[in-house]
Amino acid sequence: MIRVVLPYHLRTLSRVGDGEVLLEVPGTVTTRSILDALENQYPVLKGTIRDHVTFKRRDFLRFFVCNEDWSLESPDKALPEAIVNGKEPFMVVGAIAGG
Amino acid sequence: MSKVRLLVGTKKGGFILTADGKRDQWKVEGPFFGGWEIYHMKGSPTDPKRIYASQNLGWFGQIIQRSDDGGKTWHPPGSNPADLKTPEGMPKGESNKFVYEGKVGTHLWYDGTQHPWEFKRVWHLEPSLHEPDTVYAGVEDAALFKSKDGGKTWQELSSLRTHGSSTKWQPGAGGMGLHTIVLNPKNPDQIYIAISAAGAFRTDDGGKTWKPINKGLKSQYLPDPNAEVGYCVHRIAIHPSRPETLYMQLHWNIMRSGNSGDMWEKISGNLPSDFGFPIDVHAHEPDTVFVIPIKSDSEHYPPDGKLRVYRSKTGGNEWEPMTKGLPQKDCYVNILRDAMSVDSLDPCGVYFGTTGGQVYGSADGGETWKIIADSLPKVLSVEAQVIP
Repeated sequence: MIRVVLPYHLRTLSRVGDGEVLLEVPGTVTTRSILDALENQYPVLKGTIRDHVTFKRRDFLRFFVCNEDWSLESPDKALPEAIVNGKEPFMVVGAIAGG
Repeated sequence: MSKVRLLVGTKKGGFILTADGKRDQWKVEGPFFGGWEIYHMKGSPTDPKRIYASQNLGWFGQIIQRSDDGGKTWHPPGSNPADLKTPEGMPKGESNKFVYEGKVGTHLWYDGTQHPWEFKRVWHLEPSLHEPDTVYAGVEDAALFKSKDGGKTWQELSSLRTHGSSTKWQPGAGGMGLHTIVLNPKNPDQIYIAISAAGAFRTDDGGKTWKPINKGLKSQYLPDPNAEVGYCVHRIAIHPSRPETLYMQLHWNIMRSGNSGDMWEKISGNLPSDFGFPIDVHAHEPDTVFVIPIKSDSEHYPPDGKLRVYRSKTGGNEWEPMTKGLPQKDCYVNILRDAMSVDSLDPCGVYFGTTGGQVYGSADGGETWKIIADSLPKVLSVEAQVIP
């Protein structure tokens, strides 16, 4: 199972509670396939992480993988084994900004 | 006895304030959607239990919420509230899908170049006067959307955005929002809208075609004094019995039109300042108008630190300050365009919220005021409605 950590407001919106989201992700595990599976399981999140039409990542969100910023990597790049085997979570992180 | 409900959208959530017909004791519920910006909430005129809310945050974008039980429970349209505890109950992700129809096109940008339309948020939700499942959304970048299924899906009325003047539309300091939607209760095909800083527009055929209605407006920085568009309209209000008479708070100047916006005249009269944001009309007196003067567009607080609602009983030009119960010194809040509303009880109730988080109410047509809530987050919108 793929582990996904969502920011507070998206956990609240999708009513998943305080913990991580666990996902079955078919095929090669990439940023795109994780987000596809996440939105498929929690359709209310469509449009909140990436654009409905262009699938462009929203400006104030970043993706972190094994302590590295993967936000600017290709969404189709295969993620590390630690994500695939659930050792590490795929993290959706809101920018620390605003008031 | 009838109750009055105030839907208060704030920078950090939504609140519902209720009182009985005396409007003396108020109950405050909320925050709903804590931490999110609630730009606007409004109940259906035909079904007050139906409330629509625009929920937004820069990080996560736009969400539409709906309540079918007067605000007790909420859900993104398209989902069954009872099912929301399971992933299967989630909405299908269409209720926040605001996609411009056809070619997106460009508008004028701050630096004079053309800039593509980009959806940012819903500023205003206007439920139909006749059908609870029909609701309009005014959005930034400026466009008008309509839902006929209770907010589940949205379709753009694109002939507004593709009007021949739209390449000259330019955002105001707060963005290029379509913030005002006024439905004519006597003619369902007639809708007035306003965009900062493009101006006011009217459709007479249910949104198929649109006409700029800005003749007579003045803007000191517009090179062409007779420009078709380019006006920073802040708010338009009508009285339901006389929908051809429009009142407008322009950036500077209070304006009135007696012919559905075809021509405007200035009615600022003796106001201490005619800059401001909201404007509203008394529920039972079509010539009685309320504005809240703000010192200037550079300062955004009341003149002399005195919070005064000005009332005209003559359709403008002659204004009297309403001050009883309002702070008359050291007050430096602003009142945003969607943050004033009237109820339909007799005497008419008048309400407004401030950027300092206060909500004030008058149960006697503006004569005297009481503070209803004093420490909410910055108030973005107030909508009053009489409920059974």
